[in-house]
Amino acid sequence: MSVQFNTQNIRRRDVLALAGTGVVAVSSIGLFAGDAMADPAAVAKAIKDRIGGKKSMAGNITLELPQIAENGNTVPIAVEVESPMSSSDYVKAVHIYAEGNPAPDVATFRFTPDSGRARVSTRMRMIKSQNIVAVAEMSNGKVHMVKNAVKVTIGGCGG
Amino acid sequence: MAKARVKAPKSVKKGEVFEVKTLISHKMETGLRKNKKTGKKIPRKIINKFSVTYGGKEVFGSDWHPAVSANPYVSFFVKASASGPMKFQWTEDGGAVTEKTVNIKVT
Amino acid sequence: MKNHFQGILMGAVVVGLSGFAGIASSAEMTYKAGDRSSGYTYATKETQGIQDDDIANPAYVYVDDGEALWSKVDGKAGKSCASCHAVDSAMLSDVGTRYPVYNAKLGKLQSLEQKINQEREEKMVAKPYKWESGSMLAMTIYMRNQSKGKPMNVSIDGPVIPFFEAGKKFYDQKRGQLDMSCANCHVDNAGNRIRANLLTEGQSNGFPTYRLKWQKPGSIHRRFRGCNKQVRATPYGYGSDEYVNLELYVAWRGRGLSVETPAVRN
Repeated sequence: MSVQFNTQNIRRRDVLALAGTGVVAVSSIGLFAGDAMADPAAVAKAIKDRIGGKKSMAGNITLELPQIAENGNTVPIAVEVESPMSSSDYVKAVHIYAEGNPAPDVATFRFTPDSGRARVSTRMRMIKSQNIVAVAEMSNGKVHMVKNAVKVTIGGCGG
Repeated sequence: MAKARVKAPKSVKKGEVFEVKTLISHKMETGLRKNKKTGKKIPRKIINKFSVTYGGKEVFGSDWHPAVSANPYVSFFVKASASGPMKFQWTEDGGAVTEKTVNIKVT
Repeated sequence: MKNHFQGILMGAVVVGLSGFAGIASSAEMTYKAGDRSSGYTYATKETQGIQDDDIANPAYVYVDDGEALWSKVDGKAGKSCASCHAVDSAMLSDVGTRYPVYNAKLGKLQSLEQKINQEREEKMVAKPYKWESGSMLAMTIYMRNQSKGKPMNVSIDGPVIPFFEAGKKFYDQKRGQLDMSCANCHVDNAGNRIRANLLTEGQSNGFPTYRLKWQKPGSIHRRFRGCNKQVRATPYGYGSDEYVNLELYVAWRGRGLSVETPAVRN
């Protein structure tokens, strides 16, 4: 990450020193520090455990995430699935997975025809930049999937 | 335990799909953090389940893991059927439940 | 009693792909006044969206708590805040714009936290709140929220002058192992990045503010302590004269900006 300081106002050694404190901040956040991490394979396994041998399809599902998250503690996320939400054709559930967190599971949301609209908004933690996966299970047995990449800015200046 | 806030329309037309917003104040302790002084792990304590009933049945349900942010916020949609209570339940690890109810008036 | 949470959701709330924002009150807000800009203008649209919606913004739980505390009898005098100050009093309507203020009896400035505790001890004969406690944050967030949208307007005249000067001196003085002043970051480099973090003007008009980093709200003195630690200086205490004077100077720097309490910041 580049430091774009006006060197007329802050001396070079100040900048280097402050950049140093940034590194300290990275290692001291410790949201999930020191534990095994999930990876794309762990997410793939979690999805297989959930949907069995079914094939997932692209389309009909939209994942709304910032391209760059200001802080990994609270990243707004919304998922919307296209569906008539009728008693014979509706979205049963949406599952969210993280490829770079200590565990793949984030949340599951269950809908009914009485939901009217298969959309949910929430906020999630991301320990680092990673891919987020959303899987929708439809009442007709079909499965839709989408994946988005999010860059996570570390920290938040100051204690 | 925790304090919750909910926003839903006071009055809706039958058949209308409306948004419901919810927030509960909770640390969502992951179980993976360490106490800086003692070095010991802080035990996991999260809300693991959030459920909404309306018209006598669950219209929205969810299971949460430690990756859900502190002070969990969720918004979702419901189709107006009949006037009556909408009940919100947040269940914490260990079984403690926070409840909130709002009345939905359908015209 | 909780019925006021049930606002009518306007059609516009369903914002589609772009927005997490809900019922925004940003229309009446002044985020830029003269050459001053609120930290809101430096935040991402997602963070702004969390601030703008009074359910999505987690600090509104504290507004509720503070409102309840206002009318709750506490202490040996059998009084609550509401015994003397009605919920709709003029005092409450602009208190968030005015503090810190000069207290002639003390001969120095008093922050809102200190005023609350003075009233609790003298009028209510109740225990003072700890500075960063849930009750103090609830009370200060509730009170300042009553002024939301009004312009910051601290007095710096008359007896306040020496304290204003002391606050300004603190702001401009280099300190800590990194030998940096508040002004080095928040005047000289506002808008520049320090590593991945965008430096703001360090405005206080949203405090106490919910910080994503803290995952809870905190006071401006907590923020001062964090800044001082970041330049590797020994922080001053909560409620120290140094920080109350600094709080006044910083509030003056943000004159004209709307009170945003409770804001949401990185």
